[in-house]
Amino acid sequence: MKFPLSWIRDFTPVPADIDLELLEEAFVRVGFEVETIERVGSDVVGPLVVARVLSIEEVTGQKKPIRYVGLDCGETEVRYVICGATNFEVGDLVVASLPGAILPGDFAISARQTYGKISNGMICSARELRISEDHTGIIVLPPDCRVGSDVIELLQISDVLIDVAVNADRGYALSIRGLARELSASLGLPFADPASEIDSQKYGLDEQGVQVNIDDPSAASVIYLRTLDSFQAQAHSPLWMKRRIEKCGMRAISLAVDITNYVMLELGQPLHAFDREKINGSLHIRRANSDVSLTTLDGQERKLHPEDLVVADDQEPLALAGTMGGLSSEVTSSTLSLAIEAARFDPISIAKNSRRHKLSSEASRRLERGVDPSLAELASARATDLLIQYGGARYVGSSKSGEPRFAPVIDFDSHFISQLLGTEVSSDVAKAKLELIGCDVAVLAEHHWRVDPPSWRSDLQTGPDLVEEVARMIGYDAIPSTLPMSKTGSSLSSMQIRKRTMSALMANVGFAEVLTSPFISESILQTLGLEGELGRAFRIANPMSEDFPLLRTNLLPGLVNALIRNMGRGAKDVAIFEIGSIFKNLTALPVAEEVATSHRPSDAILAKIYAGVPAQPLHLSALFAGNLELSGWWGAGRKGDWSDAIALATRLVEESGHQVEVLSADFAPWHPGRCAEIRVNGDVVGHAGELHPRVIANLDLPVRSSAFSLNLSALPFAPVKVAEPVWTMPATYQDISLVVEACVSAANVESALRAGAGDLLESIRLFDRYDKLEDGKVSLAYSLTFRAPDRTLTAEEVSGYREAAGLAAVERCGATIRS
Amino acid sequence: MSLTSQSVTAAAEEAISAISSAADLDQLKQVRIDFIGDKSKLAKANQSLGTLSPEQRAEFGKLIGMERAKVNQAFEARKIALEADRDARVLIEERVDVTLPGRRSLKGGLHPLTLLTNEISDLFLGLGYRIAEGPELESEWLSFDALNIPADHPARTMQDTFFVEPLDAKLVLRPHTSPVQIRTMLNEKPPIYIICPGRTYRADELDATHTPVFGQVEGLVVDRGITMADLKGTLDFFARSIFGSDVKTRLRPSFFPFTEPSAEVDFFFRGRWIEWGGCGMVNPKVLQACGIDSDEFTGFAFGMGLERTLMVRHGIADMHDIVEGDIRFSQSFGSGVR
Repeated sequence: MKFPLSWIRDFTPVPADIDLELLEEAFVRVGFEVETIERVGSDVVGPLVVARVLSIEEVTGQKKPIRYVGLDCGETEVRYVICGATNFEVGDLVVASLPGAILPGDFAISARQTYGKISNGMICSARELRISEDHTGIIVLPPDCRVGSDVIELLQISDVLIDVAVNADRGYALSIRGLARELSASLGLPFADPASEIDSQKYGLDEQGVQVNIDDPSAASVIYLRTLDSFQAQAHSPLWMKRRIEKCGMRAISLAVDITNYVMLELGQPLHAFDREKINGSLHIRRANSDVSLTTLDGQERKLHPEDLVVADDQEPLALAGTMGGLSSEVTSSTLSLAIEAARFDPISIAKNSRRHKLSSEASRRLERGVDPSLAELASARATDLLIQYGGARYVGSSKSGEPRFAPVIDFDSHFISQLLGTEVSSDVAKAKLELIGCDVAVLAEHHWRVDPPSWRSDLQTGPDLVEEVARMIGYDAIPSTLPMSKTGSSLSSMQIRKRTMSALMANVGFAEVLTSPFISESILQTLGLEGELGRAFRIANPMSEDFPLLRTNLLPGLVNALIRNMGRGAKDVAIFEIGSIFKNLTALPVAEEVATSHRPSDAILAKIYAGVPAQPLHLSALFAGNLELSGWWGAGRKGDWSDAIALATRLVEESGHQVEVLSADFAPWHPGRCAEIRVNGDVVGHAGELHPRVIANLDLPVRSSAFSLNLSALPFAPVKVAEPVWTMPATYQDISLVVEACVSAANVESALRAGAGDLLESIRLFDRYDKLEDGKVSLAYSLTFRAPDRTLTAEEVSGYREAAGLAAVERCGATIRS
Repeated sequence: MSLTSQSVTAAAEEAISAISSAADLDQLKQVRIDFIGDKSKLAKANQSLGTLSPEQRAEFGKLIGMERAKVNQAFEARKIALEADRDARVLIEERVDVTLPGRRSLKGGLHPLTLLTNEISDLFLGLGYRIAEGPELESEWLSFDALNIPADHPARTMQDTFFVEPLDAKLVLRPHTSPVQIRTMLNEKPPIYIICPGRTYRADELDATHTPVFGQVEGLVVDRGITMADLKGTLDFFARSIFGSDVKTRLRPSFFPFTEPSAEVDFFFRGRWIEWGGCGMVNPKVLQACGIDSDEFTGFAFGMGLERTLMVRHGIADMHDIVEGDIRFSQSFGSGVR
């Protein structure tokens, strides 16, 4: 809320020259974030006086209208000045800055020769005084100002303007009354409540004037309607009122509207003024029901929702309750008779009004946070006072419906304060602090208090609410700092360790981690060929962008996007990876039930809640294009390809302690001839290889772009490894060269060799492969390493093993052994 | 050739002279063949000893032995010298420019949000906290109702929170990691010490300081006698660990439905107060919804944005750098080696 310090000073004696840092600190301490704080007008120096226009001489022959104006500034002689504005007449009161005055921006006024005349001062616009942005003309003051009086004082030019953020639970602080109370408490100053000055008794309830009724009891607890007539619609708002309204960031409009706004700003109770003549019968607070539309003050015709809360007369809705008035019953310059409404509407209904119509007004912002229920009576009386005083109105009568509802008393163990805050707060201090914010505290027994919160604090309902108030008033900085530690100890989970170690491994082999958006388009699913289960995505009901309405079923769409972006920014060699959750919409989602929060749901209900949340497996995916080993002065680089993808995926799984099985697979979005399925214990845990050429072409990716995906949630955790002894006897090496049909996989050949070679085979390495043989066969050359635990192997023995290995390959794979 | 002592001595001198004039190891090798090998004069002289009388054989044998020893000695000395020359020359010849850029494979790196999450996790592991995680697509009840956020709260509208279809399944993309707190409280008995880092979602347009998909870390402690002083001390520890030991924190009264009292936590960093996150004492209504006796146990909770923490600490001016997946960004942070 924006407001001037000068208004606050009506109710608490804050020094006008208070240090601004101190003032900001005082608000922050009690929970009001200060958005802006600014001292204004301190650079304006007089003489700046009220002057009456005595004569106007048009200076002709200029490009724009120029006037030579005679002014009565309360001096013995007439003062003449040049003025470029035309929005005034002889007899008007204006603001004259006299030689010696300094206006904002260090603008010194002196007598000067211009347009062939001596200008002995200047007539000021609002913008020149920096009191508003209005520069359409000079300020014309109301006729009741005294000629020669000081304008700096009159227009309250010198002030401190503050804007504070008000939390959702503190509706009362959207008012000068509330903020003055908070500031006085924070600074330890006395506070005079403006509400206690209001005498509402003089406006008794009667059958006179417009009657009001709350038709829907859920819509409002209490409403007051005050009727006045003989209103002088032409009457001006007093200057001080206009200035205060403007300093709060609102516009002064007309006396009746200004008074309702002024009282709202001062007390926090929104008011609405109806033109009484436009009301048919009495007013009703009800839902819109079958009414279809209402044209609001801003001229917009609004379609009504049946649940909208409206203020209606006997015939039709007149206002969107608490949100915006209707055009048909608006107060105009010909209004003679008024009905002033002040209600404690249901906050949720107002919030919904505001949300449904995308209409947040000064009134709705206050009402949806909850307004002091006692204010409907008081604020409507205060507005009535002002309408009588400044608008010459005559009071007709008042009507009321409903009763104010106040928050219940809280039975409270005062020990709880020190227990929860972790610092000793004496009973006396705690009680005084609660009383400071307006609570009545009855001490029923030692530490057993019955606390009655003030009418404006409907947010205070429980013990912890009261503890917060005590803490706020002693200051959060009075709470000490202690560090608790768990006595049970902890460690990362296996999955957390897996994420850390796998991501570190990926980074160390040259991959950059990216975190991509999980929102994807429908077209990318098609482009990647993710059909059937692979493409069953959840649809977001309210996506950020209609182009990306789905949740990823796979990490590759995000990685592809990132690859394209990096390429677009000039990168040639890109290797990226991501670890993240994926979302597949595989089963019909059950309808969620209403579950109470007053106690822990039963295990059966909890099980249903958990079961309603789909599984979201964790994936690690990587995508790369270009060189994995860079070119440089040392020579050419090496492009990454399908085999790197498979090797890396395999390595990750092997390092997690598993035996990996690699099989040929046809799986989107990979090249069907260059895609491997990675299995552990017979279960698929991932895929790796080169992307499908169609995917590469459609997305304009570099040729041979390759990728892998591992489902980390499907990959089991290996049992603790049992170490094998390290054999130290010399190793013996044997090479074997085989020829097989092209359709025989290297993996099968290797496993045949392993089986045949016996237990002393330590390792096996494919060191050459040739697939250009004339008959389409493939030549494979392996190096076998043998080692025994207890002796040096003889050449004869090892060559026997080699032959056995070869024989196994012949038998199982149809290989022929090359001599 | 008749064997004379002069001829033997001359042959040795000739050999020694040849050895000393050998300029390199190759020449020395030839010298060895010519003057020491089987075809050399001294070898031949030695071979001819058998033709001599026993007296002469003894005399010349001794002489030849001595001269050959001298020659061998000279040879060995020259060989060592020439080898040393050669070694020194090789070292000079093999000298390289060590400032040439080293042979590298691609540079990888972890995303700094990952590094920060790991760092924060380690801090709290040290205090005995567990790192709790949960689903991103989450039940509305666990995300809102159990946190005392009423059905009509603005945060539960489509302007703020993402919902998936069908709506009656009441699944949201979690707007905070608090449902992980709820799941933990529902399933475990106090004492509970957890932090919940993870991805969260809010319907904010991507700009320099906002992103609809962002990271959060929340903390929750529920135990006997937990106080607001404990909350403060924990936040002090957290802030100092992340932003430096001289960082000050401040709590400002605030409002959240799930905590009471509630506060905003700010820290004073590089000359200004910076809003960090929300915190407070767990609202007894939340404890009750999770089946925890609020008379016996109290707790605190806090939550911060990871991006904001990262941006402030590392001076990252634009959120786009964090979310766009430009490899240069992650590469610049490396793999977190210290």
